[in-house]
Amino acid sequence: MSCHAPTPDLTEELAAAPPVVAGTKRLRTVALIGPPNCGKSTLFNRLTGMRQKVANYPGVTVEHHSGKMKSIGRSDLTLIDLPGIYSLATYSEDARVAVEVLTGKMPGVPVPDCVLLVLDSTHMNRQLMLAAPVFSIGLPTLVLLNMSDQLEARGGKIDTLALAKELGHPVALISAAQGKGLDVIPDFLLRAGSKPDDGTRPVQLPILQSAASCRSWATQVTGRTKYQAPQAALWTRRLDSVLLHRVFGPLIFLAVVFAVFQVVFTIGQPLSDGMGTLLTNLGAKAALALPDNWIRALLRDGLWNGVQSVLVFLPQILLLFLFIGILEDSGYLARAALIADRVMRAIGLNGKAFIPLLSAYACAVPAIMATRTIENKRERLATIMVAPFMTCSARLPIYTLIIAAFIPNQKFLGGIIGLRAMVMLSLYALGFLAALVTAKLLNSSVMKASAAPFILELPQYRWPTVQSLTLRLYDRGKLFLKKAGTIILACTFTVWVLSVLPLHGAQFSDITHSIIGHIGHWIEPVIRPLGFNWKIGIGLLSSIVAREVIVGTLGTLYGMDPATHAASLQGALRHDMTIGGAIALVVFFAFAMQCTSTLAIVRRETNSWKYPAIQFTYMTIVAYVAALITNQVITHLF
Amino acid sequence: MEVTALSNAKVGSAGIVERIDLPEEVSHHLAHLGFLPGTHVEILRRAPAGDPRVYRIDGVEVGLRNETAKHIFLKLMPQVKKEAA
Repeated sequence: MSCHAPTPDLTEELAAAPPVVAGTKRLRTVALIGPPNCGKSTLFNRLTGMRQKVANYPGVTVEHHSGKMKSIGRSDLTLIDLPGIYSLATYSEDARVAVEVLTGKMPGVPVPDCVLLVLDSTHMNRQLMLAAPVFSIGLPTLVLLNMSDQLEARGGKIDTLALAKELGHPVALISAAQGKGLDVIPDFLLRAGSKPDDGTRPVQLPILQSAASCRSWATQVTGRTKYQAPQAALWTRRLDSVLLHRVFGPLIFLAVVFAVFQVVFTIGQPLSDGMGTLLTNLGAKAALALPDNWIRALLRDGLWNGVQSVLVFLPQILLLFLFIGILEDSGYLARAALIADRVMRAIGLNGKAFIPLLSAYACAVPAIMATRTIENKRERLATIMVAPFMTCSARLPIYTLIIAAFIPNQKFLGGIIGLRAMVMLSLYALGFLAALVTAKLLNSSVMKASAAPFILELPQYRWPTVQSLTLRLYDRGKLFLKKAGTIILACTFTVWVLSVLPLHGAQFSDITHSIIGHIGHWIEPVIRPLGFNWKIGIGLLSSIVAREVIVGTLGTLYGMDPATHAASLQGALRHDMTIGGAIALVVFFAFAMQCTSTLAIVRRETNSWKYPAIQFTYMTIVAYVAALITNQVITHLF
Repeated sequence: MEVTALSNAKVGSAGIVERIDLPEEVSHHLAHLGFLPGTHVEILRRAPAGDPRVYRIDGVEVGLRNETAKHIFLKLMPQVKKEAA
């Protein structure tokens, strides 16, 4: 390969570029902007390292990342990462947020003093379209042409000097992935903070900033500066001819999906369980050091259990995000979406919803966090709404308990198919069916009005970097612990308090005589048609914290009852429930939103209490009706 | 030169975008991916299920469902020219 590598002298280039604005004002805030897939996040991570803050902009679902530019020795500067957008035309929420931040109209966000504009150097005609509207805002801007390594390797050429003159803003080639060429950034910031603006900017921007005019402006600029687009990525073509092959494509896809599923279950689940056991033991040991009174109960059963119910999610979340990170960074996630689109369309979603929904079979919490890869807000919301119907692992304890207690261990077809396995499978199918119907309902009502088309950019294949994966895991883990963890802890603690109050003398109530116990008795008339007694009622209430809690609660309740305390929990349930009620109970669990963690994460991801409230109400009603029908039908049949 | 909907063009063929009959916010998004009248587009491959298909436009590969692609019209280019590239 004739490696004509453009190796520009960056300092010379900056000197050649026209001076930048900002007067003698001290710099405080720098905005980072660029189109989707231009490597902006990689650059953001390079510049800020681990010290970043994530929050939502007020009132919208758009996330706000900011951090001190510590990695380049400018801890005094805050870098704001704007959402990836193609233009500043405010069709999307993302673009509206970007415009508001750049023009200083976003409440709570300081006006940026200068802008770093990141563009993918391998597609300049297209990427430069964003430059025109960004320059029009009038802030000092450094244009960073990313992916210089790709450009060089595939024989593309950019004359950065000519481009800087043409654009009227300094231009530099960088590779954020390899950390090359980043020295221009501190130089630029130094200049932006010291040089007064002389007002000259010999640049002609398109007057009418429509897509077409920006495009023809961009093409003219690249033409005048003799830009040579790189050759098509050969490896990407070759890989795609296998990975998107008619036969091998779906086979490899299924293998990848199966591998993810397998690892999450065979490694993630035991890790979560192990973590749970470890934390319980730690709590029990620590509790011995405390006096045996309400303080011990409060700390161990109230607070420590809450902490535990947050932490047990962490292994699965991190593992799932490791996979999703690898899939996304390598470029395969887009191919997976392309392959899955046909199937997902049948249920009214698009291909990008596949991996999140699959993850929901392990746990809805990381699944809902993973819907971030769906850019379309409505599709994302629909995916969030249906994800909790997927049979997550927290439903399994009550499923196995009821099945073992009520379903005879019969085998059919020479022992290949067991009745118990079939019931379990039907419960999985039931959840999937509910998701399907809900997605259809959403599609034909709320979402129909503005169905956006499925437009999928297929990026080139790339090796995921350890740095990017680590940061992603750190970011998601921290977000979960800080934002969702606090809500989960608060809910768990509240339910615990309700289950031990009121005080009798200086003693806590047992659960039967607690507030929750009273509510359990009180709702008995409502749940009686479902075949549930007050004990199940208390179990349902306590399991609003997390589905698996019901098994422990029922154990406590039947253990206290003189009639059943000698029997095993299975025996006690058989003694106390009809088959109709028992099956109605698992059907209830297949549909109900008995999980504060999911509600907390939906609240966090949609930035509103509205959606978790709708979801909770809808799922509870569906669960109630389905359980009612189940109990009535079974009771009348048998 | 024959004008046809993008969804009707065969895999391996190429053409020049003639017009796009889609709501403004959709065509705006597509325009920023390169789908503008006058740009060269190549029908690269189909997803294993046949739909969506992958189009190469201006060095970028974009997957579109046929329901979207049928509203994009292009002037087909003579087949022979393409393979040389």
